[in-house]
Amino acid sequence: MTVLTVVIFLPLAAALGLLAVPRVRGRAATWVWIAVSAADLALVAVMWAGYRGGIGYETRLRWIPTLDAGYHVGVDGLSLPLIALTALLFLVCGVHSLGERRRERAHAALFLFLQSVSLGLFAALDLLLFFVFFDLSIVGMYFVIAGWGHGDRARSALTFFLYTFLGSLALLLGFVGLFLGGGTFDLVELARNPPYAASPGVASLVLLAVGVGLAVKTPVFPVHTWLPPAHTDAPAAGSAILAGILLKMGTYGLARVAMPALPDAWRAHAWLIMAIGLVSVLYGALVALAQPNLKRLVAYTSVNHMGYAVLALGAAGLAPGGGRAGELAVSGAVTQMVSHGLITGALFLLTGVLWDRAGTYDMDRFGGVAGRAPVFAALLAAAAFASLGLPGFSGFIAEFQIFVGVIGAGAVVLGAAAVLGILITAALFLRALQRVLLGGPGELTGRVTDLRPAETAAVAPLLALSVLIGVAPRWLLDVIEPAAAALSSLAGR
Amino acid sequence: MSALAWLLPATPGVAGALLALAGRRADRVAAAGAVAVTAVTLALAALAAAVRPMWGTTLVAVAAPPGGTPAGIAVDGLSAVMAVTVAAIALAVLVFAAGDLPSGAARGRFFGLMLLFTGAMLLTVTAADLMLLLTGWEIMGAASYALIGFWWREHGRVRSAGLAFVTTRAGDLGLYVAAGCAFAATGTLELAGIAQAGQPWRDLAAAGIVLAALGKSAQLPFSYWLSGAMAGPSAVSALLHSATMVAAGAYLLLRVQPLLAATGWAAVAVAWAGAVTALLLGAVALAQRDLKQLLAASTCAQVGFMVLAAGAGAVAGGTAHLVAHAAVKSLLFLCAGVWLTALGTEALAGLRGAGRWRRSVGVAFAVGALALAGVPPLSLWVTKDAVLAGVPSPGLYAVALAAALLAAAYAARALAAVWRPGTFPTAAGERRVPRAVTGPLLALAPLAAGLSVLGLPAVYAGWRQLVGAGGEPGPEVAGLVVTGLAASAVTAAGWAIGVRARQGTAWRRRAAELGQGRLAVGLRGWLGLRQGAIGGVWEPVKALAGALARFDDRVLERTGEWLADGVTAAAGVAGRRAEGLLDGVVRGAAGALGGAAWLGRGRVERPLEHLVRAVAAGAGALGRAARRPQAGQAHLYLAQAAAAFLLLAVVLMLVR
Repeated sequence: MTVLTVVIFLPLAAALGLLAVPRVRGRAATWVWIAVSAADLALVAVMWAGYRGGIGYETRLRWIPTLDAGYHVGVDGLSLPLIALTALLFLVCGVHSLGERRRERAHAALFLFLQSVSLGLFAALDLLLFFVFFDLSIVGMYFVIAGWGHGDRARSALTFFLYTFLGSLALLLGFVGLFLGGGTFDLVELARNPPYAASPGVASLVLLAVGVGLAVKTPVFPVHTWLPPAHTDAPAAGSAILAGILLKMGTYGLARVAMPALPDAWRAHAWLIMAIGLVSVLYGALVALAQPNLKRLVAYTSVNHMGYAVLALGAAGLAPGGGRAGELAVSGAVTQMVSHGLITGALFLLTGVLWDRAGTYDMDRFGGVAGRAPVFAALLAAAAFASLGLPGFSGFIAEFQIFVGVIGAGAVVLGAAAVLGILITAALFLRALQRVLLGGPGELTGRVTDLRPAETAAVAPLLALSVLIGVAPRWLLDVIEPAAAALSSLAGR
Repeated sequence: MSALAWLLPATPGVAGALLALAGRRADRVAAAGAVAVTAVTLALAALAAAVRPMWGTTLVAVAAPPGGTPAGIAVDGLSAVMAVTVAAIALAVLVFAAGDLPSGAARGRFFGLMLLFTGAMLLTVTAADLMLLLTGWEIMGAASYALIGFWWREHGRVRSAGLAFVTTRAGDLGLYVAAGCAFAATGTLELAGIAQAGQPWRDLAAAGIVLAALGKSAQLPFSYWLSGAMAGPSAVSALLHSATMVAAGAYLLLRVQPLLAATGWAAVAVAWAGAVTALLLGAVALAQRDLKQLLAASTCAQVGFMVLAAGAGAVAGGTAHLVAHAAVKSLLFLCAGVWLTALGTEALAGLRGAGRWRRSVGVAFAVGALALAGVPPLSLWVTKDAVLAGVPSPGLYAVALAAALLAAAYAARALAAVWRPGTFPTAAGERRVPRAVTGPLLALAPLAAGLSVLGLPAVYAGWRQLVGAGGEPGPEVAGLVVTGLAASAVTAAGWAIGVRARQGTAWRRRAAELGQGRLAVGLRGWLGLRQGAIGGVWEPVKALAGALARFDDRVLERTGEWLADGVTAAAGVAGRRAEGLLDGVVRGAAGALGGAAWLGRGRVERPLEHLVRAVAAGAGALGRAARRPQAGQAHLYLAQAAAAFLLLAVVLMLVR
């Protein structure tokens, strides 16, 4: 048993422990969550320090031998950054949840369960294992929204559940298709000997099934519509995890499963994938621009930001033999996943402050909040500039690589059109800042008190890490780039 | 000495970020700290100009040249000139701001942002690759947003700041595309390599860079953002209009002049963009009734000469004009700032006599205005001629010459407005304006006047060597005489109309009539560019966004709701059926068990009877539990999972 298995199941064990010991209740339960997540993060840091390239910390146990499915986990340059992001984001959500006053024990146990599920998904090297974690994440998030949300939470939770669950059925269909073609559920095997090399039609159908399943989760246009209501009614910590971690499962799945296992189909449909990414970029940004509700605005920018990642992964299928542009694009896509997790996590936690204080996200009822809550204003402004891709924050490192990679791969028109996305996001975030933070006081401004210490402690590390990546990205890119190069050459075979 | 290369932008950048982060806690030390940091930065810039350090760094591994030194920061002659200019002007402006900014203002934020702004400009002018260039370039834009909107409680100022940021970022997109094209063609992001890139990448990269530079330099059609940029404190205008921001675009074009020349079309387009901006925005400046607006339009016009220089291949002349204009324009804005603080107005009509109030300020302004007019022997007279000497086509030359005469006219108008005899409420001014703020004016005025030494043949030869433009023509005597005389004549005429002529004379009446005409109103409104951008781009984009959002709400999101409603309804029906079935089964089983128990009464032992009764009771309880409505959603999940696995089984059977 490697440290990776401990990292994956430690939160789950703690969750079961919490449920088994009813005496731990109230805020103590949240503290247990924080302690366990902190320990998990420390273990991930140890893993990061000890990672030496390739697939590290690999464990392979037989589970269903007839299907060649097993407990096969390991980390590489694609998954390690996302595992680290998961550990960090769950920890800060724990800190943020010190303000939670409803059923803290169940809340903490549920989030710890979700943490194990998310870590397991990013570490999974087996399709069935991946799928189990993928579906459990949907179940966990359903209960987070239904149990701790606000507004029309039951309905939003159900919509979220049904939509993404149906998507996961398509994914399962695709995975079965991969099994039938490759005779195994093992991802490493499938990447080594991609199935359906001789039958492109079947490969395209399998890619369609896998792609639809992952597209719903990412989400891309036009299957993104579960996202805004889910976010609107989800609690702040739930939204941060949903946008910061769960959405990544979609693009991560594309990079982990679809590209290496179906390289021919990926290359054949690279333009289609890129077009879907581009439409998501522009559509997400434009619809976000028209939102009067700050949380829905941030939710739609996720469609925009994840669209860049899809666009970049598609571009890797353009460059012949992978190519350096393809490497750059994939590296940008992975950096974008990490960056978006940090920045959108911070944005959702900050947006939650408005609901907590004033019970609405309607931007026009605020104004001049900077005077009442300077720390809140400073962090929200920083997060907004980070999200619009300002250099000095992680988003720039990600998006610059994506644009250069996409244009470098030969897609000049698509790349030039995608660049428009950062202009629209600039306009919409400045407008949001102007409506909420600046100008004269609005109707509800008086209710907005400044951040509590726990809230500051939750948000500040996310933005600090975004700045660290933005200013000195090498420690992250040194891990991502070799994996991006490997993936790019796999997809370019 | 490679550390020096990155220390140069990092020193003000990091200090500024920390100061801004500290916010109000740093208010008391902010001014002194910022001035000290800027002084250190100036020393670093001077040192860097002497030793020309380079610092290589790997930002993105695949873009590093194979085997070569990775790109990073490199200080060559052009960068050295820019760095010293930026640091020197920033120092003068910050010393001014220390005295001018109201005591209650958020000084930590202000001085922090000013340092960040300066550091970003220093990074821009020393970056050797497009990624670092873009980093400095965009941070500078964001800092300018925060500085223009410094008084954030006023909606109008914030809106101007947003307009400036979004407009310049629209241009910045060109740099992203240029970076992609450079990478596609050369495999690196180095600025110097683009001129040798293959087609079509070279032309695409050139187009992107030109777009970005025109946006940043507020050239046509982007000029309007600079009008709104006046919403910030005076010191912000003084820095933004001289050595940073607008200068960055001109610098970039001068830097990539070989690329422009290599494409051919880009050089011509840039030259015309600069010349036409110099002409039209010169006319806009002449029509203004507000001193800061006049100066803002004149900035566009003067930067137009630098852009023209880049297009015409007069790098040495363009750089000289940039440096001299930085001194002149920061001086003029600081003087305007003194009067704004003293009198609370920027309207030309309200500044009557301002020049005579505190003589040192009035004289400093006069020096700046005369230099701006191109009057000999002041700096811009020489540098503008160095630009004109390189202009190849007669048409272009004629436009540029007309623009130079307009410059004399608007400078004379500003000069006359403040030197016209009039009463000035001196007491109020004395209270508000500390003497210390005149120090920077007295330092800048000699520069504004004396940088004409650059035009001396021996000095100019050295200057050409310095900025790496060996073979270019310098200012010519004939041109100097013609433009000097013409500018002097126009200035004298303007002065005569504005100051000497008595109220009611024909000339003044004619000027006043002109000022009421449609042409003048259009010019005063900056050619309607702002309205054009808002009405022609922003409003349609907003309308499109609104339409898409409605589509999203009404059509796409409904599909999710239909799904939810449909499945809920189906599950309800199925659930009722299933419950009925389950109920029947359970009742039946219970009944059967009960019957069996009754039948077996007496024949079986009592314990068995108890067991059977217990099972019957348990089954009944289970049935009741299953009928509980809140358990329906768990059923749903199970039902779907079952359906999914059924589907799978079918697929497996079909394929196997």
